[in-house]
Amino acid sequence: MSFSPSSKNLLRFAAFLLVVFACLPWFLSLYIAGVLTIAFYFSVFTMSWDLLFGYSGEVNFGPTFLIGVGAYAAGLFNVNTHLPVLVCVLLGTLMAVIAGLLLVAPALRLRGPYFCLITLVSVLVLAEFITIFAQYTGGEIGMTLPGIISTSTMVNYYLALALVCVSAGVFLTITSSPIGLILQAGAQDPVAAESLGFGIVKYKILAFSLSAFFSGLSGALLVFYMGTASVSVVVSVSVILQIIIAAIIGGRHTILGPILGSLFIIVTGQWLQYLGQLDYVAVSILALIILLFLPDGIAGIALRRR
Amino acid sequence: MALLEALGLSKRFGGIRAVRDVHFAVQEGEIVGLIGPNGSGKSTLLSLLMGVHKPNSGSIRFNGREIQNWPINKRIKHGMAIVFQHSRPLNRQTVLDNIKLALLPDRVFNIHYPADIEEKALKAARRLGLEDVVDSYPGSLPFGHLRRMEVAKALALEPRLLLLDEPFAGLTPSEVGELAELILSAKTESQAIVLVDHNVKAVYSFVNRIIALYVGNKIADGQPREVMADAEVRRVFLGKSMDEEAGSLSCPVGSSADGNFLMDLNIESVKYGKAEILSDVAIRIGEGDFVSLVGLNGAGKSSLLKAITRLVNYEGDVKWRGVSTKHMTTAQIIRLGIAFAPETKELFGYMSVKENLEMGGQRLNRHELQARLDDVYELFPILKERTAQPAYTLSGGEQQMLTIARAMMQTPSLLILDEPTLGLAPVALDAISETLSTLHGKLGLTILLAEQNLHFALKHSNSIYLLDHGSISWQGPVESFVKEAGHKYLI
Repeated sequence: MSFSPSSKNLLRFAAFLLVVFACLPWFLSLYIAGVLTIAFYFSVFTMSWDLLFGYSGEVNFGPTFLIGVGAYAAGLFNVNTHLPVLVCVLLGTLMAVIAGLLLVAPALRLRGPYFCLITLVSVLVLAEFITIFAQYTGGEIGMTLPGIISTSTMVNYYLALALVCVSAGVFLTITSSPIGLILQAGAQDPVAAESLGFGIVKYKILAFSLSAFFSGLSGALLVFYMGTASVSVVVSVSVILQIIIAAIIGGRHTILGPILGSLFIIVTGQWLQYLGQLDYVAVSILALIILLFLPDGIAGIALRRR
Repeated sequence: MALLEALGLSKRFGGIRAVRDVHFAVQEGEIVGLIGPNGSGKSTLLSLLMGVHKPNSGSIRFNGREIQNWPINKRIKHGMAIVFQHSRPLNRQTVLDNIKLALLPDRVFNIHYPADIEEKALKAARRLGLEDVVDSYPGSLPFGHLRRMEVAKALALEPRLLLLDEPFAGLTPSEVGELAELILSAKTESQAIVLVDHNVKAVYSFVNRIIALYVGNKIADGQPREVMADAEVRRVFLGKSMDEEAGSLSCPVGSSADGNFLMDLNIESVKYGKAEILSDVAIRIGEGDFVSLVGLNGAGKSSLLKAITRLVNYEGDVKWRGVSTKHMTTAQIIRLGIAFAPETKELFGYMSVKENLEMGGQRLNRHELQARLDDVYELFPILKERTAQPAYTLSGGEQQMLTIARAMMQTPSLLILDEPTLGLAPVALDAISETLSTLHGKLGLTILLAEQNLHFALKHSNSIYLLDHGSISWQGPVESFVKEAGHKYLI
């Protein structure tokens, strides 16, 4: 593996952040630890999205299809079977990968806007599905899950943090390996990449499967943490927008940047909650300001210092 | 047995037969030039060899196997490689990383780079004289180096057949010489090269054999000398443009001695960041003039035209019929009657020819528009034939025609043309030349032309402005140019 000097900067910064977040729960209230836990799961969504957008050049307008399938499938296994929670989580993750590969991956073979369109439609289909089968899924109200991973805030906090570390580690390994280089070449110019002898579709499918795996896993863990699965948290279009905004203000094509973007979105959202209805507006305005002054996102600051 | 054989290849795009029943063969170790003017089908033929398009009929044999239905990457694995004319390198990666890309095996679970890749990539870089820039980013390299990097990538694949798409286009003469030499020294005995170009002269000394194409047909195949002696080839490639003298097509104009100029331009400075691109340029264009702005690549010609149309900011003033345009927007300036046909053409690729023309005539009412369209079709009969075809499917020469025609739809008083001959083969160039003669001579249109092709500019213009590093180094009537400055610039 080789990293350019600027991404070494970013890695150092990430290590520093990891130490800070590992120590943070000893100083902060349980409430804030809870907010951060959600932000951690959310940042796995965002990183998974950045792997597709920043490296394989695919705009996934339906990240919540993968997240939602993972979350609801895990939830349904938990409600309807006696399997342990962790098995439910793993089955949910598997379902996300399979559903993603069946429904979305065929579009990776096509050039043009088909991937975007299919991902967007897949979310709408999933949301309809959940509403139609309300007797199983709880419909718009949501599905209460009997199982729980742990009642301890600390355990949940560190579990989420560990998931962030594992997924960031996997994504960074992939993106700095030959696969990352080939993915980027395919995103830049598919014909040129093919004419170096690469069958780029299989690399795109690999990237998509990884994205689906971590999206589904994080979605499943998130609903067990929250105790309910609901469309507004793991499927709705506003969640998609949050993921895309977080990835872009964090700094696309960096994997680590999206973590910062997610923390920003979730934490400021909570911090500005006293504004009531206005909190969403305030977060959006802040995001716009960041985009105006830091077009490469927050991580762009670290990358710019050479 | 031949390494590569094309047997009766044909390819249609809609109603256009781009390649018609072409047969040829390439032996091991040979360097073959596929030469043809724009629209001759050579790019299509190359894309058939590569696998970007599939032929409608005919077959391609490579190394004894039929490959016409193989995907691109399979052909590469069996020993083909290609260098595209327009490459898009990975700009976040260094030159060395870009070359490494070519050396990677196509295995999807490839977490580690092969141990010897660094060494191999360095070797590939060295062969093309890139050893000093391996750690640079492509964005910081001159164009000639980027082309070499693409060649290094292709050669790193150790192909049996290397396809080169206009490898010398856009390079300076010294860069062309260097690149040709590097390719020849890097090429092994048995490697074959097929290169596509529209410029016979550029490749004449480089190839062993020339295959000449014209409107989709093969018209000659043989030793460069034989092919060049062929009467049809001479007509198609050399055109008649070489024989015409400076000023021969220009028309005398009414004098503008009364001091009423159509455009009186005085640009003190144009800057891109810190770099000053133009300084103290003054040009006066009288009604009915044909003014040419000549100079080398990067002299500031395009920037000057962009300043006139306010696409870049400038200090100074541009007066149109005595009125300052300094505080006008581009749209307002165009409405004064200044039509701009940019170098980059800026056609609406997916719109039809007619729709592109209608965009130019946006401000006319329906009746005027139809009348104007008829006029323009009369000037450009080829566009009438192509009226329903999307602009991107036109050949280079036809696209240039459309660019000028669209500008003419604006009923301009002044037509500004930026490098209309760029990349055009002599036949297409002759057609543009005729059009300009008609526009200026018969219709009395005032024209401002920016052109690198001096011969072309000289034969049309009344007056010449020579730009050199952002300033005017010579100006005057065309006859004096040949006497005073010609020896330096005319070859």
